[in-house]
Amino acid sequence: MAEREDVLFIDGVRTPFGRAGEKGMYWNTRADDLIVKAMMGLLERNPKVPGARIDDVAIAATTQQGDQGLTLGRTAAILAGLPLSVPGLAIDRMCSGAMTATALMGSAIGFGQMELAIAGGVEHMGRHPMGFDADPNPRFLAEKLVSPDALNMGITAERLHDRFPQLTKERADRFAMGSQHKAAAAYEAGHIQADLIPVALKTEAGWGLADRDELMRPETTMEGLADLKTPFRPHGRVTAGNASPLTDGATACLLASSSTAKELGLAPKMRMVSFGFAGVEPEVMGLGPIPSTEKALRLAKLSIDDIGLFELNEAFAVQVLSFLDHFGISDDDARVNQWGGAIALGHPLASSGVRLMNQLARQFELHPEVRYGVTAMCVGLGQGGTVIWENPHHAHYGKKAR
Amino acid sequence: MTNYRDIDFTPLLELSADEVVTHTFVRDIRMPSGKTIALVTLDNGLDHTRPNTLGPKTLLEYLETLDALAERANRGEIDAVATTGKPWILAAGADLSKVSEIRDAEIGKLMAQLGHFALGRQAELGVPSFVFINGLALGGGLEVALNAHYRTVDSSAAAIALPEVFLGLIPGWGGAYLLPNLIGIENALKVVIENPLKQNRTLSAADALELGIADVMFGPARFLEQSLAWADAVITGRTKVKRPNEPGKIERLTKWDIAIGIAEKSLAAKIGRVPRSPYAALELLKAAKSGSTSEGFAREDEMLAELISSDQLHASMYAFNLVQKRTKSPAGAPDPKLARPITKVGVLGAGYMASQIATLFARRLQVPVVITDLDQAHVDTALERIRGEFAALRDRGRISSDECNRLCALVQGTVDKADFADCDWVIEAVFEELEVKQTVFAQVEPYLAEDAIIATNTSSLSVEQIGAKLAHPERLVGFHFFTPVAVMPLVEVIRTPHTNEQSLSTAMVVAKKLKKNAVITADTPGFVVNRLLAVLLGEAMRAVDSGTDFATVDAAMAPLGLPMAPSVLLDLVGLRVGAHVLDTHHAAFPDRFYRSENLHKLADYGTLLNKDGKGKITGFDSGAMKIVAGGTDPQSAEAILTRLQDRLADETHRMLVEDHVVSAPEDIDLCMILGAGFPFQMGGLTPYLDRVGASERAFGDTFHHPMVRGAR
Repeated sequence: MAEREDVLFIDGVRTPFGRAGEKGMYWNTRADDLIVKAMMGLLERNPKVPGARIDDVAIAATTQQGDQGLTLGRTAAILAGLPLSVPGLAIDRMCSGAMTATALMGSAIGFGQMELAIAGGVEHMGRHPMGFDADPNPRFLAEKLVSPDALNMGITAERLHDRFPQLTKERADRFAMGSQHKAAAAYEAGHIQADLIPVALKTEAGWGLADRDELMRPETTMEGLADLKTPFRPHGRVTAGNASPLTDGATACLLASSSTAKELGLAPKMRMVSFGFAGVEPEVMGLGPIPSTEKALRLAKLSIDDIGLFELNEAFAVQVLSFLDHFGISDDDARVNQWGGAIALGHPLASSGVRLMNQLARQFELHPEVRYGVTAMCVGLGQGGTVIWENPHHAHYGKKAR
Repeated sequence: MTNYRDIDFTPLLELSADEVVTHTFVRDIRMPSGKTIALVTLDNGLDHTRPNTLGPKTLLEYLETLDALAERANRGEIDAVATTGKPWILAAGADLSKVSEIRDAEIGKLMAQLGHFALGRQAELGVPSFVFINGLALGGGLEVALNAHYRTVDSSAAAIALPEVFLGLIPGWGGAYLLPNLIGIENALKVVIENPLKQNRTLSAADALELGIADVMFGPARFLEQSLAWADAVITGRTKVKRPNEPGKIERLTKWDIAIGIAEKSLAAKIGRVPRSPYAALELLKAAKSGSTSEGFAREDEMLAELISSDQLHASMYAFNLVQKRTKSPAGAPDPKLARPITKVGVLGAGYMASQIATLFARRLQVPVVITDLDQAHVDTALERIRGEFAALRDRGRISSDECNRLCALVQGTVDKADFADCDWVIEAVFEELEVKQTVFAQVEPYLAEDAIIATNTSSLSVEQIGAKLAHPERLVGFHFFTPVAVMPLVEVIRTPHTNEQSLSTAMVVAKKLKKNAVITADTPGFVVNRLLAVLLGEAMRAVDSGTDFATVDAAMAPLGLPMAPSVLLDLVGLRVGAHVLDTHHAAFPDRFYRSENLHKLADYGTLLNKDGKGKITGFDSGAMKIVAGGTDPQSAEAILTRLQDRLADETHRMLVEDHVVSAPEDIDLCMILGAGFPFQMGGLTPYLDRVGASERAFGDTFHHPMVRGAR
């Protein structure tokens, strides 16, 4: 019988996020090269971790074809120079791919089946547009299993506005503007750059280096946001300004069992307390994080009031607001997305989960008074995912909760 | 001291109207430390099959960029300058298409000075300079890096070298001065002189790191990112660069001149004193011991001016182009699509040559190879020898043990000719006698498919006659290897009047798959290489037999700069074989080719040269000298050389215009370079014969119009 172990988040990194499409900085960079560079950067930062000791590499992507196909975890492990004895797998739960990879690897570590694992994700939305080449079963619509609105994420966001009239466009825009301003301030303070792995870029005008996120708009104002088109509905509420942009990027994190971390002298940044994944009606997929968070809280034997920091993925502003309203948290609560979120930084689908963790981990370090934090996100086709983490810098870390 | 800024470089621009310019791009990289590195990319805009090269326009653009960066450095806008290349390539060196157009020493000197000016600018920017060697870095490409303060190298870089001496040049953009002062004289001798003369050997990235050419090495996946981070650490003082191979005072005082002396002796022993460029490089390396950089650069300018305008350089460039380009599209080769796919190979004969051939076919074609001979014992010996070859490759780490098992299983032996039934290609390497060869073919042909290809490795017999008894002579080609089969790059493919297109095409495709360079020749005595070597050996023996001292004959022929003297060549091929070759050619062309009775006597006696325990030649055998001592009309060295030159010119001319052995003098040269190791500085053979006037004397014209030569 395997020994149960604590699951520790040792370190996490990501590439700078780029604008998807021809004008984006990664247009000529392969998706697998992005995840490989993130993984190599992660391993270089953690020289105490012998590559041969990694038990598995789980890498997520939503559109697993072309340079995102071929069992990414295995190919990326080889390309990153890990020994051939290290196995790897590919994961897909759309936007929560990297979060799912982390939860799965964490589970195996907790159950004593692994000691060290890499989890992460990549999405090159420029090369792999959302839903490209998908072939949904006609039964979905013929048997009315899901609403026709379910497959377009922007429309699911409009449906949230329909369901909760108090979630106005003005609230969504204000939240979005806040995200931009908080991200800009975090950059100014150097919080974000610390976990970025720069990526060399070959252009027709010579080599360059991607060393910051490409999509931020710190100059955002309410007036500017008010004028934007509503592409999903005439006179709708969802705009390019209050939604996350199409993004290219990759993330990777290193997880370890507590005894292995001790053996190798690795200091944890977070401890995994619990996780939950849950489903909702696909046409209001943005609600997904509510039941998944409730599940994770229940498993952790915690209440929402125990949570001192939230890293919520901002697929759409309205979708984050629905979460906050549900739990009675104000739109501008200081615990929520302190350094901005996906609206400002970007949302390369399957890689975003680990970005939330990276930011939470750094905030834990700055806030030793906070004991628990939540990373949560909505997932296409009506799902949500949540992981609850404990802060190792907290005075009561390692002691029984409450 | 030369002030390069005062020089007018515009005459060079006339040369570069059609230069493929490698452009210079600059992007600022702001590092986490707050430092700004100006990252310079060299990129000609073409894919990696067309490497960056450095011509006049390229150098002027790079210079202009560096001038602007020096100003920015002065204003405090940038903290370092780093140069790198396009994917997989830093630069493949000077634009050689331009160099071969330069015939004038003054223009050559300008080219040297512009290179020094542009690349050397990196050392005077006011901020540290780096070169990230991200891939191929040859000649001037590597000198881009040597002129910077610091270097990183990509562990996957395809090749790093200073091949100038191989081409008849010297590393003249700083290499000859900077390299020994960076990595020490012994290492520099290896890179500048030794390696180019070992079939132009190149360095791996790991070699470059170990020698001290690069300060640090990174893997390819994050090479640029890590190089930038390292450069940042260097300019902020977080990383100190150590250079253990940098020569100190003691090395300069004691080791330097001794190393030069040893290198000079070994050079003279290996290649003689005819080729100019290795000795020119040696002079520069010797002088690099002391003095300033600008003095070193000025010496390189002068030397490059001399070499660029020399006959040897132009012959070398010609030879290099033949080897690089003409080998890729052999003259007279039919469409490769006509070739018959080879799925099984039969080798007739199980002697030493046959074993080497079977080994090569199995290794390169990776199809079953069946060998046969008169009895099982011979076959078994050959199998053992072949499998021993594969095991040796495995033991040296050249092939994996799985691959070794595969190759050993591919080669089978038999005494039953029926086992050849499904062979697509059958090659014989049996005793060099017409009837023997005719018989083995006659025995095997009934078992073969009607269109299976039959090849003979004859070196001296008529291929057509060998096939005279075949039911299907149209499928027969000559396929003449040179020994050692695994090493020598040439195969003469002989086309008889009956050989059909499919057989010829198959032979050419097979040669390519064997990684050999094939030249198609007519079915004439000695084909190309042996016929011309027969002239050489015949003239040597003619002079010996007429009473000239053997050593005098060797010395007389030394000015050609051939890889070995006639006596050594005779010793290498064997006295019996040598006598036989002369007999064969004399029989074919009795008026022109000399046959030597003395050589037969020498073969009976068995020894020509004395050797020490290690096989090193110590002199002539006195018994042998008595055998050849009968002549009464000794020739002067000068007369011997002139006669040899004239005979070579005459014979080559006849081969081209009377016998149509090959289609052009270029093919003769290619054969002599690849099959007999004739040197680049001769251009193979014909450029040399033209420039010494032999062509004019022999047939009143030259092989090349214009002649392949330098400035006059």
